[in-house]
This record gives sequence, C-alpha cells and structure tokens, in this order.
Amino acid sequence: MLEIKDFSITFNKGTVDERKGLENFSLSLDDGDFVTVIGSNGAGKSTLLNTICGSYKVDSGKIVLDGMDITNQKEHRRARFIGRLFQDPLRGTAPHMTIEENLALAYGRGSRPGLAFGVKKSDEKIFKEKLAELDLGLEDRLKTPVGLLSGGQRQALTLLIATIVTPKLLLLDEHTAALDPKTADKVMELTDKIIKKHSITTLMITHNIRNALDYGNKTILLSQGRLVLVLEGEERKSMTVENLMKLYSTTAADSFSDKMIL
Amino acid sequence: MFSINALELGLIFSIMTMGVFVSLRILNIPDLSVDGSIVLGLAVSSYFTIHGMPILGIFLSFFAGTLAGAVTGLLITKMKIQPILAGILTMTALYTVNFRIMGRPNLDLPVETKRLGNDYYTIFTPFEELLGKDWHVVIVVSLIVLIIAVLLYLFMKTQIGISLRATGDNEHMVRATSINADGMKVLGLALANGLVSLSGGIWAHQQQTADISNGLGMLVASLAAIIIGEVIFKKTNVISGILAAISGIIIYRYIYSIALTFGLRGEDLKLITAVIVVGIIGIKMIRFKDIFAKLGSGNGGGKNA
Ligand SMILES: Nc1ncnc2c1ncn2[C@@H]1O[C@H](COP(=O)(O)OP(=O)(O)OP(=O)(O)O)[C@@H](O)[C@H]1O
Ligand SMILES: [Mg+2]
Repeated sequence: MLEIKDFSITFNKGTVDERKGLENFSLSLDDGDFVTVIGSNGAGKSTLLNTICGSYKVDSGKIVLDGMDITNQKEHRRARFIGRLFQDPLRGTAPHMTIEENLALAYGRGSRPGLAFGVKKSDEKIFKEKLAELDLGLEDRLKTPVGLLSGGQRQALTLLIATIVTPKLLLLDEHTAALDPKTADKVMELTDKIIKKHSITTLMITHNIRNALDYGNKTILLSQGRLVLVLEGEERKSMTVENLMKLYSTTAADSFSDKMIL
Repeated sequence: MFSINALELGLIFSIMTMGVFVSLRILNIPDLSVDGSIVLGLAVSSYFTIHGMPILGIFLSFFAGTLAGAVTGLLITKMKIQPILAGILTMTALYTVNFRIMGRPNLDLPVETKRLGNDYYTIFTPFEELLGKDWHVVIVVSLIVLIIAVLLYLFMKTQIGISLRATGDNEHMVRATSINADGMKVLGLALANGLVSLSGGIWAHQQQTADISNGLGMLVASLAAIIIGEVIFKKTNVISGILAAISGIIIYRYIYSIALTFGLRGEDLKLITAVIVVGIIGIKMIRFKDIFAKLGSGNGGGKNA
C-alpha cells in the first residue's frame, strides 16, 4: 500500500544549522494499517509526514503509494489521495468561509475546480449527514463562518474535510494536542470511527503513549530521523504503557546526550 | 455641490476598486501594479478607438490587464518574488508598454468621436440621444458596474471562486485539498488586473483622452475607497466586500470633488488621501489591539478584514 524506501532529508545543508531530518528511513504499510507514530521532540515525526505529503522534498529515497511512484509529484497533486490534519486547528480550515463552503472545497478533491456552483443543493444533504455524525450540532450551522467555531469543532470539521472523499492515506500530526482533554478524547474517538468505517490507511503522530497503544494496529518509534522500533501483533498486544515509556525514554535520553556531545 | 462628473468617475473607478478588492481582500495579496494596469486599459482602449474599434478596445483592455496580472502572479509564484516587489516590477515594465502603445504621453480621442455614425465613436455616443446628454454616461456605466458586480459575486460562488477565496484565507488548507494554490494566485491576479484595466478602458471613453500619468495614486485611492466602504459594510462576506468597494470609491470621488471646489488642487489630494488611509488604518489597528487584548487569543483567523 505505502512503501517508503531510504528517505533522507537534511535541513540547512552546508550551514552551521545543518540538521538531519530523516536518515535512510524505510517503512512499508499494508492496506488498512493504522500506525501510531511516537518519538521525542525533534525525532523527525513531523518531517516524515511532511515528506510523505510532499511539503518537503527529500534529498534521496522513493515513495510508492498504491502502486504509484509519487516521489516527484507536487504537494497539491498528492493531496488528491492523501488527507492530513495538523496540530494547529487553524491550519485545516478557511476561517472566513462558511462550513458548507469549506466542505464543498474538500468534496471536490481530486477533480479540477470549474465554473459550476461550489455548493450545490444536492450536496447540502450529504454535508448535513456527515456533520451529524460528528455529533457537535454543526449540521444546523452550514452557513456559519468557520472562524466562529471552537478549536475542537474546527478540528472535527477538518477531520471531515480530510475524509469526506475517502483518501488512500490519512496523516495525523498530533491533531488532538491543542484540544482540552475531553474534546481531545472525543475527536480521537471520531477519528477512530471514521478510519475504521472506511478502513483508511493511517499514520498518526501522538505524544500520548496510552493512545499510541489503544488505537491502531501498529506502533513505530522514531529517534533522530531513524526508525528504531516497530511494534505489531502479539508483541504490541502485550506491551504496557510503562514498558513502552521506558523504551521511549531510553531513545529520548540517547538523542539528548548525543545533542549534548554535539 | 452635486457633480455628475464625480459620479461618472466614481462609477467607472468602482470597476477598478472591485479588482483591488479581489487581489487585496480575496487573495490577501497587496498588488501594487494598479497604477500601471489602469493606464494599460486607457492606452489599449484609446488606441483601438482611434483606429475605429471602440468596443473591441474595451474588451481588449480587459484582456491586456489579465496578462499584466498573470505576469505579477508568475513573478510571485514561480520566481518567489515578494508580492510588493513583483507589483512594482510589473508597474515599471507597464510604463514602457503603455508608452509604446500610445506612442506619446498623451493621446486624445478625436473630436469626431462625439458624433454618431462616424468610424470614431465612444461606447457612450450611441446612447447620448436616447438617454440625454447629462445622464447617459452615468446610466451606461451603472449598468456595466451592475453586470460586473453580479458576475463577480456569482463567480466567487463557483468552485473556482471558492478555491480562490480559500487560497487567500488559508493557503495550507487549499494545498491540503489538492488545489493548486499557485495557479489560483495567478488566476486571481489576472482577474483583478483585468478589472482595473477595464476600468481604465472605459475611463478613456469618458474623458476622451488617455494620459501616461493618469494612473498616479490610483492604488492608494482604491485602498482608501475599500477602507471607507468597509466602515459601511462591515461583514467580511463577498457581497459586503463588493458593495464596500463600489460605495467606497463613489464616496471618495465625492469628497475629492468637494475638496476641489474648495480650491484644493488635484496634486494636494494625493497627500490628503495618503493621510486618510494611514489615519483609518491607525484607528482600525487600535481597535483590533483592544479586541485581541480582551479575547486573550482570538479563535478566528489572523486576518483583520
Ligand atoms: N523546515 C525545517 N527547517 C529546518 N529544520 C527543520 C525543519 N523542519 C524540521 N526541522 C528539524 O528537523 C528535526 C525533526 O523535526 P520534526 O519537526 O520532524 O520533529 P518531531 O518529531 O515532529 O518533533 P515534535 O514532537 O516536537 O513535533 C528537528 O531537529 C527540527 O529542528
Ligand atoms: Mg512534530
């Protein structure tokens, strides 16, 4: 389904700020895999997602999605089949446009925009149904500008925007981190529900080790731009939060001491 | 104090202001090439009118403007030049282009343009008898403005229009939904400058002359107009924006003409306009600071449109 081979990327090459983002990173996902990604700050998790969706260009390596080599495809091209959510709820929606206009934009994903009306009467019914699934009362507020919604509502809406046309791959970068605990749980459950319903192949970055084990079927651990651990199957089932925390902090300590030496 | 000329100019320039609304408010790109684009329209329109093709000249003034806007857009997106510098570059280049089209700094449409049946006629002459000498320009231009405003409004509701607005509102989101944000910027700037240039094209027929210096201060006038209009139409949706652009420039032209009757000269008004723009922006900034202080961190977007 998703095949990443030897991704390497270095930031600010040849300057004092030179920094390795990813180093010979390889990963292979099966159809419907829901992978949680953990690792300390600066481990390269966001960099991984940014290279997959094409925001960053890799120095070397290859990426194949669903049999198609997309290594040299532009970001907006890849977005036809890659949905994503960021940590910042403000990034995924257009604040001065209405809920229905935001959804209409996403609903046209993959087809070139034309001169037909953006929001069609027939779409409204679909939008209402989908919004009702979020259970936030947004289905009655189609004409409300998105900027008036709370962070949690906006993130839930972004989730809908990213999945209203089922993507081949969904990338979530700490998408509940900026929300209060209760809203975060709610958005996380919604995410899980939608991913399961359409069995969307997903990569989800989280700093919540509990979530990393509770959701999805695989967990990977990154450190200094490298893949250091893949947890799946029985091994993952028997893994406890405490043990994973230990593993996590050893790698985190490694990278910390390495940085000190540098 | 009523001046038909002020109303005529206000209406004609409202097409320009709608164009500036598209670049500044919809795309969120400050495009400084306006002063050049409007003269481009004047030049193209007067050139074709003198050669007996006034209607074609009006259409071509629009298309010439879209080309100029596309150039600015490509400078910004492909060459990664700062929007402000890109606009200045285009404006500078347009000065030469405009001069070449006109052949000299000032091009009068021949006197015969006033007479119907002659090869030379402006788009207004056929209506002079029908609608009366005083009002025919106002009526014809009002109709044109109405049609453009409605088309612009409808366009902003289409798939492309929504994509365009989203590009100015949140580029991240647009890229993530598979839309070519760079393409949208080029398209939007083309449309914006097309309108500005069309405004110049019609203006040439109204004043029956084109002057290389006609563009001076037009951008700042549009900014002033948009800011004035937004005091009346406060909402940030498309309809309010269009109505703000139109009403703002008409009010601005009235203030302008009143100031002239008080003995101020056109040259004085450029400074006054600049001061008004700075003043209103200053007042707005103070207000926004207060609002943000009260809200802590706002949950809206960062745009103070
Ligand atoms: N655009 C960039 N320019 C320069 N350096 C960058 C850039 N993006 C990331 N980096 C660097 O690459 C490294 C990995 O960063 P990344 O954002 O991927 O970490 P992360 O695992 O997502 O961390 P966090 O948990 O804090 O979000 C860091 O050292 C960071 O400073
Ligand atoms: Mg990160």
